[in-house]
Amino acid sequence: MAHDSLYAAPPSGADTEREAGRLAGLRTAVGSWDAAIVAALVVAVLLASLLVQNFASGRNVQFLLLDLVPLALPALPMTLIVITGEIDLSVASMVGLCSTLMGQMWLSTGLSLELICVLVVVIGAALGAVNGVFITGFGLPSLAVTIGTLALYRGLSFVVLGDQAVADFPASWTAAAVQNLPGTSIPAAVVPVLLLALVFGVVLHATPAGRALYAMGNNDEAATFAGVSVARTKFWLFVVSGAVCGLVGIFWTLRYASARGDNATGLELTVVTAVLLGGVSIFGGRGGLLGVVAGVLLLGVLRNALQLADVDANALTIVTGTLLIASVVLPNAVADVRARLHRRRQRAHATAA
Amino acid sequence: MSLTDTGASERVADHPPPGPGRQRRGLTERLLAVRELSLLIALGALILVTTVRNDRFLSAQSIKDLLLGCAILVILAVGQTLVIVTRNVDLSVGSILGLVAFAAGELFLAAPGTPWPVALLLGVALGALCGAVNGGLIAVAKVPALVITLGTLYAFRGVDYYWAAGRQINAADMPRAFLRLGNQTVLGVPVLFLVALFVVAAVGFYLRSYRSGRELYAIGSEPAAARLSGIPVGRRVFAVFVANGALAGLAGVLYAARFGTLDAAAGSGLELQVVAAAVVGGVAIFGGSGSAYGAALGAVLLTTIGSSLAVLRIDPFWQQAVVGALILAAIGLDRLLALRMAARLRGRSAHGA
Amino acid sequence: MSAYRRGLSVGATALTLTALLLSAACGGTTRENSGTDTGGGAQAGGTANPDAQIKEGLKIAFLPKQVNNPYFTTSDNGGKEAVTGFKGNFKEVGPSEASASSQVSYINTLSQQGMDVIVTSANDPNAICGALNQAKAAGAKIVTFDSDTKPECRQIFVNQVTAQGIAENQVKLISQQIGGEGEIAILSATANATNQNAWIALMKEELKKPEYSKIKLVTVAYGNDDDQKSFQEMQGLLQSYPNLKGVISPTTVGVAAAARYLSGSQYKGKVKLTGLGTPNQMREYIKDGSVDAFALWNPADLGYLAAYAGAALASGQITGAEGDKFKAGKLGEFSVGKDGVVVLGPPTVFDKSNIDQFQF
Repeated sequence: MAHDSLYAAPPSGADTEREAGRLAGLRTAVGSWDAAIVAALVVAVLLASLLVQNFASGRNVQFLLLDLVPLALPALPMTLIVITGEIDLSVASMVGLCSTLMGQMWLSTGLSLELICVLVVVIGAALGAVNGVFITGFGLPSLAVTIGTLALYRGLSFVVLGDQAVADFPASWTAAAVQNLPGTSIPAAVVPVLLLALVFGVVLHATPAGRALYAMGNNDEAATFAGVSVARTKFWLFVVSGAVCGLVGIFWTLRYASARGDNATGLELTVVTAVLLGGVSIFGGRGGLLGVVAGVLLLGVLRNALQLADVDANALTIVTGTLLIASVVLPNAVADVRARLHRRRQRAHATAA
Repeated sequence: MSLTDTGASERVADHPPPGPGRQRRGLTERLLAVRELSLLIALGALILVTTVRNDRFLSAQSIKDLLLGCAILVILAVGQTLVIVTRNVDLSVGSILGLVAFAAGELFLAAPGTPWPVALLLGVALGALCGAVNGGLIAVAKVPALVITLGTLYAFRGVDYYWAAGRQINAADMPRAFLRLGNQTVLGVPVLFLVALFVVAAVGFYLRSYRSGRELYAIGSEPAAARLSGIPVGRRVFAVFVANGALAGLAGVLYAARFGTLDAAAGSGLELQVVAAAVVGGVAIFGGSGSAYGAALGAVLLTTIGSSLAVLRIDPFWQQAVVGALILAAIGLDRLLALRMAARLRGRSAHGA
Repeated sequence: MSAYRRGLSVGATALTLTALLLSAACGGTTRENSGTDTGGGAQAGGTANPDAQIKEGLKIAFLPKQVNNPYFTTSDNGGKEAVTGFKGNFKEVGPSEASASSQVSYINTLSQQGMDVIVTSANDPNAICGALNQAKAAGAKIVTFDSDTKPECRQIFVNQVTAQGIAENQVKLISQQIGGEGEIAILSATANATNQNAWIALMKEELKKPEYSKIKLVTVAYGNDDDQKSFQEMQGLLQSYPNLKGVISPTTVGVAAAARYLSGSQYKGKVKLTGLGTPNQMREYIKDGSVDAFALWNPADLGYLAAYAGAALASGQITGAEGDKFKAGKLGEFSVGKDGVVVLGPPTVFDKSNIDQFQF
């Protein structure tokens, strides 16, 4: 009952044989999802380079990657959280609150910016810990809790700065946020993102902790029997999510040289879209970091290319929504077709024999 | 998403499928009554405090404005109750409302002589169609409603944007009789509020007294058990989404009548308030419990908080934070009550045995 | 189980390290020692050639706050008319929600596409500055309209109207409508809206003039730019001040809500209302006699002027320095004021006789 079907339409036609076939098919389908999404990314990049003017240029790569940093960072912990069968919808609001707190501290405390940055990450972790306490301590559904903190943190970020903005950050810092690696057109901000992606990837795929996350997503109770403290692990995941959002808050504030209450509004939807597009199952227990990184890049490339091709912003809204739906409907449809083919083959086999 | 360890067994105990366990059902209903009573007390206290600070808050006009202001949210919250009770959620209601409101305006532009009841019916039909898209995708793809409706939140809004193309529809474009509907009163009570009352009563009665209404609770409590006991789960869930879409459509037409000025952004971000109203009103986010009356009271409470914050001269920026804190408090309280109820039930069955 | 905890602590350590790495980038930066941010640098480079012709085929892009806002649709259409007039290439792009970050990504795109002129209305005076400066460095001319950025991030700001112009216009309108004497009130947006407060302060100054000596301002109410709240506040004003003769509401939301209240109340025609509103929102109330006249700048003219200012910059007619002059098609000649500001002019007054000529 753990990773249960909350918000799932219960599968119809519950004959067990079919279910088994579906599961087997699903596993193969998901195994190839990583490959499929990487292939889609390559195709998208090639098509965009060929068809869209100005796409394949150093400056555009810089713009594209800079836009992706605040999307890629929260997607990393989100991947782990969704794999355990939970969700964190409050990420964008945590980014916003961290940003305004950074602005307020800079404006009124006289602390050094270095200290403020460290404090902001700590505050982010604390915000995540609040989520964690409600979810693992009180045993409440993460969806409801993080919808609540989505509103709460966004509201607080407006309380902190009202409709004012803090913008007088030192030019050397704001310039550093968008600076390229020497001699390239790759923003330096990409380096910490890659490092963190590596760390999250290693934790998820090469440690017992990572395997435990999958176990939790598949079945909380089984994970508990296997000696994994489900509550404690999930709690720390939400804390990490908050801390990463603190980092994003710093980056966002410096990149746009502006701390405002509405910073990063709506980012959570894009992050969830990217994670699901990357092949992580919303039910938990399935997915990988490679797919998510490819999903983030695919989303970024599509948006950038469509923008360069002068596609209407409204069409972009539709594209995002459709991508999200397609990324969850397609794997199921593929699994369905495979299961059906499999059964037909079996039947054919049976008649032959 | 997932519930921790003991959640499952409690849920079964709390909300058994209809039929046996009449005694327990009585208990559940008492629990709900307690919830509604506490909401009323909170509402009363809020009004009292505000009135002490400013006696204009209780003038006839102010009450009229309050009733007018909450009507649309009440209708949406009641519709959302139907969905949440079955352990689903519909995040696309704000977008459906916006789309239908704009469609109603377009209808009057294209055919100025259209009588308003026709517009009302067409609006409800369009809303139901959107709901059918949600329900259909969920049933076909067997993916969580959360993800699908997040996608259609983008998609419906995108269609709305695309259609509106930056245009605005104004009061002058709509017939007088239609606009009067939005502000007219009968014996001092706004027509809009009467419509909302009718919706609350109808849905409340249906959920309580109809077999299919009770079945919705069974589906939300334990989908597998509901299916085994012969409830057509897929069909019921589909119907619930269509009904919620239709109610969002109704709300959209009323929105057009009330505000008179329409652009494509109408109802943006409303979904959060709607879910908050339902949750605050005692509709459990993990399904299986809650009433239309509670959700309606939740909506009234949220609206009242909005206007009393303004009257009390509290910074309007606090409003969203208060909504978030209320969601957290409400789900926390529910959890507490559920735990105590479970303990009492255990005690009782021990005595019985 | 220590293994997964070790894994998690590895993650936590990495995170802390990243934070420290970020913070180690500079040593001990505080607000005091950081110095002021001087982003753009010199703006009026080169010399203006007032006799230069507007070039043909200029690529001019309009980037409004958001594309789904009717106000900006109207102003962008004004820009389109101007650009078509001088045979340039017009395009309008923009985010569907009014956020500064998505504007930045559009500015980057436009600069990447090699636009000659970017005409934008800023969602945040600072956030889009970096991107605008990059675009400027890549050769684009930057014009802002309606909402400005910091002056060093653009060459020209086309301002719809001066605060003084608004104050004079509003006081004159209400005085005409109430016959020069009686009590009036103001229904504003939020209590901390900078432009509203500047206008209100200037209106109070204006009311001190001898010709307005018989007019008394009794109170300022705030409708928070919320339809329902403004409606409520309007009603409150009329109940609290039985001798009230007129109300000024210099905000589009407030004036529309107040007019709706008047049109359905016993005060219709007896209490006068004026303010800043859009003709489409107010048409109904002008026609049914609830409102005699109100004002607003014409957003289409605003876009039209901004397009010409951009073209003049790109053709070398002006550089954005104070005193530069340029011709803006049907609107006539304009000159650049201090800080590169060009003012569209006094607001347009709308009443029964002309309201049907305006669609915005």
